[in-house]
Amino acid sequence: MDAAAVPSGLADPGTDRGGGLLGRPIDRVDGLSKVTGGAPYAFERAPKGAAVAAIVGAPVGAGRVVAIDVAAAAALPGVLAVIVDDPRMPAGQASSGALPQQGTDRIFHYGQPVAIVVAESQQVANEAAALVRVEVTPATGRFDPRGEPVIDEPRIGFLPPVEMGDVDAAMADAAVTVDATYTTPVHFPAALEPHATTAWWDGDRLTLRSSNQVIGAARKTVARALGIEAERVRVLAPYVGGGFGGKTGVGAEAILAAIAAERVGRPVKVALPRRQVAYMTHHRSDTVQRIRLGTDTDGRLRAIAHESVVAQNDQGRFLEPVPFGTLPLYAGEARRFTTGLVRVDLPETGAVRAPGEAVGTFAVECGMDELAERLGINPLELRRINEPPVDPTTGKRFSTRRMIDCYDEGARRFGWPERVPDPGSVREGEWLIGIGMAAALRGNFTVEAQARVVLDEGGRARVECDMTDIGTGTYTILAQVAGEMLGLGLDRVDVVIGDTDLPPTAGSGGSFGANSSASAVVLACEDIRAELARRMNAAPEELAFENGCVRAGGRETPLADLVRGEPIVGRGHTKPGKETEATSQASHGAQFCEVAVNAVTGEVRVRRMLGVFDIGRVLNAKTARSQAIGGMAWGLAYALHEDGVVDVRDGRFVNPDFAEYHVATNADVPQLEAWFVEQVDASANPAGAKGVGELGISGAGAAVVNAIYNATGVRVRDMPVTLDKLLPGLPAV
Amino acid sequence: MKLFTYERADSAQAAATDAAAAGAKFIAGGTNLLDLMKLQVETPTKLVDISRLPLDKIEERDDGGLTIGALVPNSDLAADARVIERYEVLSRALLAGASGQLRNKASTGGNLLQRTRCYYFYDTATACNKREPGSGCSAIGGFNRILAVLGTSEHCIATHPSDMAVAMRALDATIVTQKADGDRRRIAIGDFYRLPGDTPHIENVLEAGELITGVELPAPVEAARHLYRKVRDRASYAFALVSVAGVVAMDGDTVKSASLAFGGLGPMPWRNPAVEAAIVGKPVTTASFEAAADALLADARGYGSNDFKIPLARRTLIASLRELTGTN
Repeated sequence: MDAAAVPSGLADPGTDRGGGLLGRPIDRVDGLSKVTGGAPYAFERAPKGAAVAAIVGAPVGAGRVVAIDVAAAAALPGVLAVIVDDPRMPAGQASSGALPQQGTDRIFHYGQPVAIVVAESQQVANEAAALVRVEVTPATGRFDPRGEPVIDEPRIGFLPPVEMGDVDAAMADAAVTVDATYTTPVHFPAALEPHATTAWWDGDRLTLRSSNQVIGAARKTVARALGIEAERVRVLAPYVGGGFGGKTGVGAEAILAAIAAERVGRPVKVALPRRQVAYMTHHRSDTVQRIRLGTDTDGRLRAIAHESVVAQNDQGRFLEPVPFGTLPLYAGEARRFTTGLVRVDLPETGAVRAPGEAVGTFAVECGMDELAERLGINPLELRRINEPPVDPTTGKRFSTRRMIDCYDEGARRFGWPERVPDPGSVREGEWLIGIGMAAALRGNFTVEAQARVVLDEGGRARVECDMTDIGTGTYTILAQVAGEMLGLGLDRVDVVIGDTDLPPTAGSGGSFGANSSASAVVLACEDIRAELARRMNAAPEELAFENGCVRAGGRETPLADLVRGEPIVGRGHTKPGKETEATSQASHGAQFCEVAVNAVTGEVRVRRMLGVFDIGRVLNAKTARSQAIGGMAWGLAYALHEDGVVDVRDGRFVNPDFAEYHVATNADVPQLEAWFVEQVDASANPAGAKGVGELGISGAGAAVVNAIYNATGVRVRDMPVTLDKLLPGLPAV
Repeated sequence: MKLFTYERADSAQAAATDAAAAGAKFIAGGTNLLDLMKLQVETPTKLVDISRLPLDKIEERDDGGLTIGALVPNSDLAADARVIERYEVLSRALLAGASGQLRNKASTGGNLLQRTRCYYFYDTATACNKREPGSGCSAIGGFNRILAVLGTSEHCIATHPSDMAVAMRALDATIVTQKADGDRRRIAIGDFYRLPGDTPHIENVLEAGELITGVELPAPVEAARHLYRKVRDRASYAFALVSVAGVVAMDGDTVKSASLAFGGLGPMPWRNPAVEAAIVGKPVTTASFEAAADALLADARGYGSNDFKIPLARRTLIASLRELTGTN
């Protein structure tokens, strides 16, 4: 989008925020209905007569299904159907536009759907599912990613390898180097609402009420999987109880629900039990990451290499873009960034919050901490020294980049100068105290999106698009944008989203949801403003909107009076433009953390975290902050807790539930502070906003790990930093 | 969840008789049983609801101890002034477990009977001798980070997950029961649990239908320090990797009496008299603490991913003894 195209309707933050809606910390407009149970999720308010299904998973990790005995299950009173023969049954989640493997013969991974049991109640469906006997011929599977050969140049994923200069030579010449390998485990998206879908057919038309982040793409994928035209599928997702990337694509349950509804001729709903979510949807790949950094004695990077290996099954097209955030992060002439692949017989790996950066920042930002120590340079100063003037990989100018401001503001607010550089030297009783920091960076994407805004004769505006609100605040920010543009209070703006009958967007993912859909709404409102200007016989830039009225040339007219019967329909359509191509765009930040590590047991308790973030225009200071601190808490959990364990003997997950897949609890998360250095990014999109949803997790975990090192002198490179990894390096008791 | 019948008992005797049938289970708070039923790890054909029986009182006993009704919720027990005053270790242990909501529902008797949190016990598609006798143990040779290093057998390496029971073991509690045949009996907690051996599915000495009606705590040790130290992977809502329940009384610089029990290490709340013997009657020294740790861990055996529990238990015990003896 060209800079000149930034609409006049949005005030410049910092100059005119007084009466405006945009940017203000407004409570979620859907908050009350959510906390009082009024907001219906995918499994709720099913059409009358809905049946319930349970899914039977494959009992081995590789092989073939020989026979399925459904007699006992089918005989149970209340069972409507046991479906084992539908060739459209998906093996798992459809991601990145690719269909999952379909069919019921070959077993691609443990827990793959092999039977659908449809019954009058969930209890009966579950009991019947346990009675289904699946006879298999097992085969040898590839269950240990670390034991499989690495494909150096996989032809999947979006991130090509980058090779600039000669890293090996630059490393050999460098005065100070780091060459270290870090690992991260399997991560589950772990949304509180499991994947769930209610499906019903009306003749040859299918409606899915699904917990899904990107319903426009889901509609097409479901249609392809079922072999019908997309026009016959409608997907609804009015409320989504968390997605975190795990509800991009289409979970197996959606297609299974559609198949079941077709078979029994009734609506069917499916909510995956927690343990099945792990097998029938996607997870984040484990990673192995080698970091090489080489500098002169002054700390200037001469070489930077971030080489990674990730896992995917034979069907998946997604490749965790591990070094993505490192590409524009630091200067250095010799550069190498790679993503190797190992093929495994496990459920698909896919997008989980901040694909790439969430795990890539562990390696590069811990590596920078190690480098700083070897150089004897303050870690923050090392980053400042290597701040690039332009994107060091593409040579493009940055659209906006306030990284140095984030460092400075964060250091000041956190008290970074009080850090004691010698590790293990600050002790309070049994507790070793340390602080650490890391840079945060998440690539910014603006994607194609459309929106319609209808101004009715009552002077109310209705915003319509197929965007989703996955708990992020979409309902609220779209209302704020329209209200700001048209001078309407939130009580006069309705937002209707989560329906593929509405103008298409790219949904929620990649932190592009808010900025892209908001931009489309901005343009739709511009459209309405142009029409109002015609009706006022004025130029659009002469108009001022306030309190439901429009002023021009000394005249003030209520919006309702200008509508004259037929509603005014504004249409907005935004897509990446010349500026998107011409600039390097990212959100930036600096993360700071203080930890206490128990010198006896190695237990880590985070005492405080503080982040300063550059996200362009802040659309809503409250929801933006919630996104930021939510990401920080998750980064903490990646650093300390989250560890999806694969039993390499048979391809099962050992801990696919919330009892033993540990996310951070309230007691683990201390005071979190998030601050913004706000600057409208005119190159990014008409809203001037950059992504925020995935920025907070980037670098957060590395700051924790660096703080642990500062506290203890123990450098752990295999995430998460559980106490057993610290014990050998702790002082004697 | 499989279909089951449900009965509400109107007396302890009736409950015991009702539950003597094969496939019957008592239910009180249901905080563990219902989860396991949903996963079909437990598949009772009959539930006998005891939650309305009058077993929810904490009463003084003549010998200075307390009798805790089997249905006293964990929250109430932790907050009872007499428990806080005389049995601080118990209150601390209770508060170290689960979450506020679960503690409101969980009963004293049920807590003693919690099933293991072994990953494989929960996965009905895997072999587990505790869940399905004779099927094998997936944890041996598998991932066993949270599992036992003491008291294991080639058939099972599960841990008992309770915090409360560890404190009760340190307090020499007695478990009072009502049997189906009308008899009542008192079982010392040290005799209550069974090692897995080749029957890991049998976890205690209760007979069919035998109902825990209460727990007796003997008079408190005078002038003792109490400690419950729970080491875990996150600050809340995680089971103990290692826990130490301790009640220690001093006579000057000499340990007069010591009672030490351990969680997270074995298939039952663990206690070993040799640990206490290593310090009782002796002056406080690092050497005696190390001897206590040696005694605790002499027979410890790691299974790979839980090897760290052995040094962790050593360090935690020594630090706990410093605190209990006032020498830290």
